[in-house]
Amino acid sequence: MRRSSDSNSSVGHSDPKRRCAEFVAGLAADALADETTVIYVGAGTCGLGAGAGKTLKAVRRFLDVESLEAKVVEVGCIGLCTAEPIMDVKLPGKARLSLAGVTQEKVEGALKAVLRSEVPSELVLGQHVSDGLERWSGVPGIEEHPFFARQNRNVLVNCGLIDPSSISEYAARGGYTALAEAICTQRPEDVCQAIERSGLRGRGGGGFPTGKKWRFAMETPAGGKFLICNADEGDPGAFMDRAVIEGDPHRLVEGMAIAAYAIGATKAYVYIRAEYPLAIRRLTDAIAQAHSAGLLGEDVLGTGFELEITMKQGAGAFVCGEETALINSIEGKRGMPRPRPPFPAVSGLFGKPTVINNVETLANVPGIIAKGPEWFREIGTETSKGTKVFALSGQVQRTGLVEVEMGATLREIVMDIGGGTGEGMAFKAVQIGGPSGGCIPEGHLDVRVDYESLKDVGAMMGSGGLVVMDERTCMVDVAKFFMEFIQRESCGKCIPCREGTKQMLAILKSITRGRREEAGTDALLRFQGIMQLEKLADVIRDTSLCGLGKSAPNPVLSTLRWFREEYEAHVYERRCPAKACTGLLNYRIDPDKCKGCTLCAKACPAGAIMGTARSRHYIIPDKCTGCGACLQTCKFGAVIVD
Amino acid sequence: MNAQTVGEVERIIQGCEGKGRDSLIPVLQEIQDVCGYLPKEIIFKLSRQLRIPSSKIYGVATFYNQFRFDAPGRFEIQVCRGTACHVKGSAKVLDAICRELKIKPGQTTRDGMFNVVVVACIGACSLSPVITVDGEFHAGVGVEDIKTILDSYREKAESDEAK
Repeated sequence: MRRSSDSNSSVGHSDPKRRCAEFVAGLAADALADETTVIYVGAGTCGLGAGAGKTLKAVRRFLDVESLEAKVVEVGCIGLCTAEPIMDVKLPGKARLSLAGVTQEKVEGALKAVLRSEVPSELVLGQHVSDGLERWSGVPGIEEHPFFARQNRNVLVNCGLIDPSSISEYAARGGYTALAEAICTQRPEDVCQAIERSGLRGRGGGGFPTGKKWRFAMETPAGGKFLICNADEGDPGAFMDRAVIEGDPHRLVEGMAIAAYAIGATKAYVYIRAEYPLAIRRLTDAIAQAHSAGLLGEDVLGTGFELEITMKQGAGAFVCGEETALINSIEGKRGMPRPRPPFPAVSGLFGKPTVINNVETLANVPGIIAKGPEWFREIGTETSKGTKVFALSGQVQRTGLVEVEMGATLREIVMDIGGGTGEGMAFKAVQIGGPSGGCIPEGHLDVRVDYESLKDVGAMMGSGGLVVMDERTCMVDVAKFFMEFIQRESCGKCIPCREGTKQMLAILKSITRGRREEAGTDALLRFQGIMQLEKLADVIRDTSLCGLGKSAPNPVLSTLRWFREEYEAHVYERRCPAKACTGLLNYRIDPDKCKGCTLCAKACPAGAIMGTARSRHYIIPDKCTGCGACLQTCKFGAVIVD
Repeated sequence: MNAQTVGEVERIIQGCEGKGRDSLIPVLQEIQDVCGYLPKEIIFKLSRQLRIPSSKIYGVATFYNQFRFDAPGRFEIQVCRGTACHVKGSAKVLDAICRELKIKPGQTTRDGMFNVVVVACIGACSLSPVITVDGEFHAGVGVEDIKTILDSYREKAESDEAK
């Protein structure tokens, strides 16, 4: 790094392009050389959850015991969460070998084999082929793995591959060239124009053109502007931002610096969830490194551009994902939305022009500046450019992070990349866009993912959570789940959202409520509620103040649209076809199969099971709460649900 | 609270002399980190220091899910209720935990060993259903695993005490 600053002073301001190139080259000089053996362990939150911490310990112990020289690197998540813990080994001169499911007890065997240049074939995931490195024979390239084959990784390109705690690793893979180029050779308006030309739209859900937003803020004259990175990833079922920050934090720092330069901000905030401790640590470290390398702070690269990035931890409020609520939260107030206009780009944080961008949006920026807006325009569809990261989870075989081109179909993502639903279960729906999104049935799986097509089927892009549901999932229950979430997270400022969501939840609860719990006029009120459900949804959508309320009825509307027959089964037949709504289930014991082991009677929390040892048991329907505890404990399959 | 935490809280409160409203949430977070919750008398102290009415501080603190106003248990159990976890049966897991500990979400067991918190999403959806105990992740938890997991922490507490 010292070398680069020397070259700064010798070349001076005369040839900014060369100076920038030399600076980045100097940064990259500390990157890992090929001569060392490197062991990479995927240690993102998901990896650690799967036991990567123990794997790391086992690797270090093994190296100690065998007294071997090797560097151990904790990397972020490569995206294939089902294969965690993932361990990569890179021997000098050979391609990097990726191993899946390396729990602590498998470490020794795997490492011994690899060091003997043998392939532990039962663990192997693939190899990262690159020029000048010898290939492992008989091992497919990682890009041939069905999970990776259909992906196009721009934002995630470094995730799981580089050491997130090293600025040199990022620079060695082309990092910070875009920032250097932007601030040394381009004017802020050029940067805004490039982003506008690229067609990049906000990845947080709204899909507003990013370049336009930047230009509004740039053109507003003010003493002091702000940039906020929205990393308050509150959507249940979404973890893209966390993975990007954990796996490649410098990309975000670079994107933020470019954005701040474009709009003329000297102060930037990252509003990040407190539930992401690892991401917070990685990003804080990355900011500190960029600072000491001279890429943040005062007079960056001798251009006079200055920027300070501050971390702000969110305190757990979903509504703070909304721009104006987030601003209130940073100002130390209750996170309630403000009416717009004025838009934040004109009057935002502390009354100054403020641009708020999502993590993924900002992570797209370095690529666009480095490769040019035309490159970005070529990817994707007419109205939605570039790639989108999805967090694939739920009842699907391969869960994890997926980055595909806009315009890919949901079928490709769920069936080809995700491998479809497992355990012989039939696919039912995929939920996209979090609590504001909708459920898409099998029949519409061929919808292309772009902002407009998804709206046509009653869903929305949202931040990119994709939760796959199979036939065991009840759609009324899913709608109820989201309503519960939204009702709890509604900030309470405007009445339609505060009271409306409560009523909607009450109606859904009454639909799934069992006969046992109904008394008096409850049944009548239930029907009254059902008749009002759709009308209520329209009122909430049309009259709420912010995006949370406006999209609050979506889960109900989309499930009503595509799974109406399930609602009807609940309402008219009082049964749950997926057998998920416990209140509507009836349990009984098959007298032929019951061996009288008394386990179910002990497990029953309601004391609803009668019977003595070695005699047949019996469930008292009036006492049964339908919790299903007996079903889980019975070893003879004697409990029948219908 | 022992003398050390009292001293540390005192230091945090002294440290916000002259700071503005925007430092309120970070300060509350720091206090909660040290004490485990937001004690009433400390809110009053903070109110005088920051010159913000304590009612306003409570207004902010109660708005956010993160802040709690009573002492947590020795081990905090977070149960993820995200979509992916819900689909994979986290409601039953939560029920089982509450049944085993005989408390409701948000409460602490009488022996002060566990408290149960429901979180919107931990962001580890591919490991669903997920719970964390004392910050450690437990992935793919089933109703039948609950007792074993909780027992392992009870044993841990016992062996810590024996030391």
